[in-house]
Amino acid sequence: MPEANSAREEILAHIRSSNPPDNDDTRLIQEWMAIRRPFRRKGQLDPEDRLQLFEDRLNDYGAGVHHAISQTELPPVIAAAIQARGKRKMLVPPEFPQAWLPQTIEVIRDNQLSHDALDQCDGVITGCTLAIALTGTIVLQSGPMEGRRALTLIPDYQVCVVRANQIVEFVPEALEELHAMGTRPITFFSGPSATSDIEMTRIKGVHGPRVLDAIIFT
Amino acid sequence: MTVRIGWSATAPDFQDAAKVSLGNTQLRHNVKYATDVIRAKRAKVVGEMPDWEQLRQASGDIKAHTMRHLDRYLLQFEENMTRAGGQVHWARDADEANQIVRSLIAQYGGKEIIKVKTMTSDEVQLNRDLEAHGITPYETDLADMILQLSQDKPSHIVVPALHKNRFEVREIFKEKMHLPELGDQPTDLTDAARHYLRQKFLTVKIGFSGANFAVAETGSLVVVESEGNGRMCLTLPDVLISLVGIEKIVPTFQDLEVFLQTLPRSATGERMNPYTSIWTGVTPGDGPHAVHVVLLDNGRTEVHADPIGRQTLHCIRCAACLNACPVYRQTGGHAYGSVYQGPIGAILTPQLQSMEHSQSLPYASSLCGACYEVCPVKINIPEVLIHLRGKVVREKRRHLSGKLDPENLGMQAMTYIFADAKRLEAAQRMARTAQWPFVHKDMITKLPGMLAGWTAARDLRPIPKQSFRQWWRKRERKPNA
Amino acid sequence: MNISLFIAFYNDTLFPETGIAVVHVLERLGQTVDFSRAQTCCGQMHYNSGYQSEALPLMRKFIETFRNAEAVCIPSGSCVAMIREQYPRIAAETGDRKLAAEVNALLPRVYEFTELLVNKLGIEDVGAFYPHRVTYHASCHSLRGLHIGDIPLRLLRNVRGLELVELPEWDQCCGFGGTFAIKNAQTSAAMLADKMKNIISTGAQVCTAGDNSCLMHIFGGLHREQANVKTIHIAEILASTENASIENASTEETSAQKVSTRKGSRA
Repeated sequence: MPEANSAREEILAHIRSSNPPDNDDTRLIQEWMAIRRPFRRKGQLDPEDRLQLFEDRLNDYGAGVHHAISQTELPPVIAAAIQARGKRKMLVPPEFPQAWLPQTIEVIRDNQLSHDALDQCDGVITGCTLAIALTGTIVLQSGPMEGRRALTLIPDYQVCVVRANQIVEFVPEALEELHAMGTRPITFFSGPSATSDIEMTRIKGVHGPRVLDAIIFT
Repeated sequence: MTVRIGWSATAPDFQDAAKVSLGNTQLRHNVKYATDVIRAKRAKVVGEMPDWEQLRQASGDIKAHTMRHLDRYLLQFEENMTRAGGQVHWARDADEANQIVRSLIAQYGGKEIIKVKTMTSDEVQLNRDLEAHGITPYETDLADMILQLSQDKPSHIVVPALHKNRFEVREIFKEKMHLPELGDQPTDLTDAARHYLRQKFLTVKIGFSGANFAVAETGSLVVVESEGNGRMCLTLPDVLISLVGIEKIVPTFQDLEVFLQTLPRSATGERMNPYTSIWTGVTPGDGPHAVHVVLLDNGRTEVHADPIGRQTLHCIRCAACLNACPVYRQTGGHAYGSVYQGPIGAILTPQLQSMEHSQSLPYASSLCGACYEVCPVKINIPEVLIHLRGKVVREKRRHLSGKLDPENLGMQAMTYIFADAKRLEAAQRMARTAQWPFVHKDMITKLPGMLAGWTAARDLRPIPKQSFRQWWRKRERKPNA
Repeated sequence: MNISLFIAFYNDTLFPETGIAVVHVLERLGQTVDFSRAQTCCGQMHYNSGYQSEALPLMRKFIETFRNAEAVCIPSGSCVAMIREQYPRIAAETGDRKLAAEVNALLPRVYEFTELLVNKLGIEDVGAFYPHRVTYHASCHSLRGLHIGDIPLRLLRNVRGLELVELPEWDQCCGFGGTFAIKNAQTSAAMLADKMKNIISTGAQVCTAGDNSCLMHIFGGLHREQANVKTIHIAEILASTENASIENASTEETSAQKVSTRKGSRA
C-alpha cells in the first residue's frame, strides 16, 4: 500500500533527522552494552529461604498454599485443595501428566474447546514455567503442562503446581530464563485479579480466575 | 497531517478549569484520598528495594538510548513481529490511525470490539470515530467502563474514575446495565461489571488494546494490568488490533527486567501487578489468529526532535508524578484538559501539539520537583516545564500583542532595574512611596491588576522603611552602631 | 573567613531583618562579612517564568560581583538552587568556555546560609536563644534542589529554649512557586490552605523556613485567616540570643531597627 509506505517513511525520516546522521548498528550495540545494570540480578537466598519468601508473598495475596513432597502425594493434595473449594469439574492442559491427577475429580482435557465449553469448567489445573519469589509471581509460557492461555483465563479457579526448583528470587533472572525459551505467549500471575477503581478499595477478582491455589512440589 | 490529542485543542486554560475543579468538594476529597493511598503504598514497596535508584537510572538510560536509535529499533520491531506472523501498520496522526483501525475492523466484518484500557486510543478519539461509522467499542476496564457509561472523562492516568464515589457508580450501573437492584458495596459493583462483560468477552471477535512496551528484539508486545480484562481482550477474540505509540519501544527482552520492576511499584504501589501478558505475533492454537499493530506518531516525532523535550517520551505511564504532585492533588485531572494529566500531561500535551495548544499547562506547576523525585524513568519534569515556558514566551514575544502583554512588560522592567544596583535602589525607594495607597493598618490587603491574584487569598506586609543595603551603608559609615 | 553576602533582592527590599540577622550570626561566630552594593538579582524569576534570555546578563553580573569571594552566603534556598542547577546550563548554552569555567570555579564557593554554617564552618550550635514553639517548613528548592536534608533541623535543635515540633506533610509544597502564586492564584491558595492547616495543627507559635518567598506566602495566608502563628526566617531565630531576642517576628517594620541598635551580643 503506497499510502502505508509513505507514512512509514515519513515517520522514520523525521526520527532520523533528529539523531546523528552517522548512527549505525555498531554504535547502537556499543551504546546498549554500555548501559550499566548494577541492580540485583542473581538471587542470594538459599532454596529454603527463597521458598519461604515465595510462600509469604502468596499468603499476602490471599492465595491458597499447599505442599506435596513427592509425586505420589500430588494427587491427594490436589484433590484436597479442589474439594476444599467445593469444585469438581477441572480442566487440564493436553499434556498435563496423568500421574499427577487425582481420580476423585472430573477431568476434562483441553482439545481446542470452545470458550463456552471452557466456561462450563469449575477450574483448571496446570504446572508453570517458573516463579519469582520476591514478587510472588507465577509465570506460564503456554508449555505442555500449561496449555494455551484461555485455559487459565476463563475458569474461575486455578490450581498451579510449582516445583520448588522452578522458583527464582528476582525478576531479571526470571526474564533470562524466559527469553531462552522462545516466543510462545507468556503470562505473569501475581495474585488474583484486582481493581482499586472504586474509592481505592482493593477488590479481588473482577475478571480472570478469582481463586488461586498453589501446590508447592518439593 | 494534523496532530490531535483528545479534546486538548479546545480545552479551557488550566487556571480557568482549575477554578471549576477547586469548587468541587467531592472531587477534591476523592483526589486527595486516592493520591495519598497510592503514594503511601508506593513509598512502602520502593523503600523495600535497596537497588531502586539503580533501577531508575537504568530505566532512564535504556529509554534515552532507545530514543537515540528509535528508527532502527522500530524497524527491528516491525521485522520481528512480521516474522512471527503479525502485521505492522504506521499512522502519522490521529485520523490516519483511526482510519487504519476502522478498515481492519471492516476487513474482518466486525461491528463491535472489546477494548482494554489504552490512553492512546483516547488520544486519537477512536471511540468517537468508530461510533460515527457504526462500530460499537466496549470498554472493559472497570474505570473506563464507568466513564463510558456515564459519558465522562478520565481524571487520572491509572485510576481514571477516582473522582466518582461508589454511590455514583451504582447509579450509573443500575441505569445502564438495566439492573433493578444493586448494592453499594464495591464488591457488588465489580460483580455487576464482571457479569455484564463476561458475555462480551466470550463472544466478541475483535479485541483492541494498546501496549505498555514493544520489544524490538523479539517483536513482542507487553500489557501490564490488574483486572484480567486485558487478558480477555488479548486472548479470546479471533483478531487483535493494538495501537501503540512509537515511544513504547524497548530494545531487548532483557530490558523488560527493569520496567517490570519499576512500573508496578510506581503505578499502584505493588511488588507486581496481577497480570502481565507478553505475546509475539501469532501463536497457532493459542489466542487470536490475526494480530495487528498500528504504530502511532501523532506528534511524537516532534517531541523527539527537541533535545530537552525528548525525555518526555521516556514516560511509561505509571502516574507516580500525578500522585506526588501538590497541584494535581488540589485540582484533579480534568483541569488539564487532556487525556494526559498531572506533571507528565503538562509537558506531553503541549509538546505533542508543537506548542500550538495547551500553552497554559507548563505554568500549571509550582516547580516543587516532587514529580522528578518519583519518576521511575527519571524524566526531569521541572527542567522540561521551564524549557516549555521559554518556548511559550519566545513565541508570544514574536507578536506585538505579546510584547505588550503586562507580564512581559513587567519582566522587562525588572530586567532594566536589575541591570544596575543604582536602578534597583531607585526602584526600592519608588515602590516604598507608591505602596501607601494600598496600605491599611500596616498591611496591604488589596493589590491592583496583575497582582490582584496575590491579595485574593493573602495579605502582604508593606515594604519596610529601610532596605538591607541602606542598613549596611549606615553601618559602614558608623561602625560602632 | 571573609564571607560575601548575596542577600537576594526580595530579602533586601522586603525582609531586611533576615540579612541583618545573617550578619549578626556570622560576626558572632568570628567571621568577617562584606556586602557588595553592585549585587541585584540571580535571575531565577525570569528564568523559571520562561524569560530565559534575560537571565544571562544577571548571571554575568553575579559572577563579576563574586568572582574573588572566599565564600558567598545566600539566605535563600531558591537562589542557590538557581545558581547551582541553571548557571552551568546557561553558560554552556552560550558556548563561551571561559564563562563556563568561571561558573564552575565559583559554584563550590556558593552556599545557602544554613549550609554555610554546618557544612563549611562546621558549626551546629550558634549560641542562639529563642524560647518559642517552632515548626519548620522545608522549601522545595532546599529539599529537592540542594538536598539540604536535616541541616536546618540540627541548627534549630541546638537553639536554647526552642521547642521544635514536626510539621505534618512537611515535604508538601506550600504553593508559592514564584509567578505560579499569581498566575494560578486559586490553586496556589488551595495548596496554602493545606499547608496552613498543618502548621496550625502543630500548635506552634512560629513557622520558620530558609526561604522568605515561602514565608511571605504562608504569612500572607495566616494573617488573612487571623491565625495566631508568626513566620520568621531561620536566620533570625539563629541570631536571637538572650540579649538580642527578636520578639515580633516579621510583623513589625521596626524590628530591623531594634536589632541594629543592640549593643552587641555574647556568643
